Amino acid sequence: MTAREQEFLEYVQGGGQVETSDWMPDDYRAKLIKFIEMHGNSELMGVLPEREWILRAPTLQRKLALTAKVQDEVGHSQLIYRVVEDLGKPRAQCLEDLISGKSKFHNVFHYPTKTWGDVGVIAWLVDAAAIISQKALLKCSYAPYARIMKKICWEESFHILHGRDVILTMMNGTDEQRELVQEALDRWWGPLMQFHGNPIPAEEDPMFIWRIKSQGNGEARQQFLDGYVPQIWELGLTVPDSNLRKNDDDVWEFSEPDWDELKHVVTGHGPKTQERLDLRRTTRDETEWVRRAVLAEAA
Amino acid sequence: MIWEVFRQERKGQAFAHAGSVEAPDAEYADWYAREQFGRRGESVALWVVARENVHEIGEFVDELERNYHRVDGYPLKEKLKEARERAGTAAPADR
Repeated sequence: MTAREQEFLEYVQGGGQVETSDWMPDDYRAKLIKFIEMHGNSELMGVLPEREWILRAPTLQRKLALTAKVQDEVGHSQLIYRVVEDLGKPRAQCLEDLISGKSKFHNVFHYPTKTWGDVGVIAWLVDAAAIISQKALLKCSYAPYARIMKKICWEESFHILHGRDVILTMMNGTDEQRELVQEALDRWWGPLMQFHGNPIPAEEDPMFIWRIKSQGNGEARQQFLDGYVPQIWELGLTVPDSNLRKNDDDVWEFSEPDWDELKHVVTGHGPKTQERLDLRRTTRDETEWVRRAVLAEAA
Repeated sequence: MIWEVFRQERKGQAFAHAGSVEAPDAEYADWYAREQFGRRGESVALWVVARENVHEIGEFVDELERNYHRVDGYPLKEKLKEARERAGTAAPADR
């Protein structure tokens, strides 16, 4: 590391923030692009499991709410890809790398949404897990990303509200509805526990070293458990992990998440990975004429 | 083309940078800006500016040390102490 890079590292570790036009080490820029691009990909791919339920949502109100959520998430991906673009990687290239399988997206978006219960669990708990990671980005050393996270976190909190409303409505319904929620929770618990990543110490995590994120993976998982396990329990739901408990030091203990599954899934081998990437490819081809028309009209 | 969007949260407040949108012309840029930053009543007005029209000035060199423009050009504490000693008075709070 050169003296200038060392000085930069100390600056961000001391809480300093960086703007687009500031000098930055190549490694920092590369890490930023990788991290933020994966976030953009996840926002874009994250709408697909929910999109499948727009037409099947139980009421008109739910259809509208789900449509609005999908619009929010796509909007987030647009804002996030803009941040990546200003760092040097064009949006078209991000989309290309996404559909060719070169870049990654979050594990939770590789799984099927079997029932309306899954939609509720996604909107409530997947978004809750995501907002914990996202709140840790409000202090990101790269200021343009941190600023855009303010808007995104605000909208994500709204999604959790929507998800909780879906879940509470079902829990107050019939036994069958309650079963749907429990089954969905059983399906999603594994991926949710893997969501924050393997518990590498923050000091060894390059994303923390550069202060792209402000907390370690294990810390984020603890926060998630602390915030949401009590909310799950109070509804009479069972968390499918008999080892889950809070110990005397206020630390949650749980069964080791399946890290092999996580790796397998995010490298393109999830149950729905290929189908969803295929859909992205097809949609991109089918909407090519729209982009051409828009650009021709503007020219 | 990239367009920078500034957002006013309430009447009377300063416009603050909200983010940027990509759009082929000003009309599309307006619609993208509306969707991104005004959909939930979070703004009362937006400014949409082509990025090339935003000029950034990031360096403020004060070669002549013009401290008479700044608060630190007026160190009153010591002078006031001396003045009070001359007048034989105490600070208002001590009286």
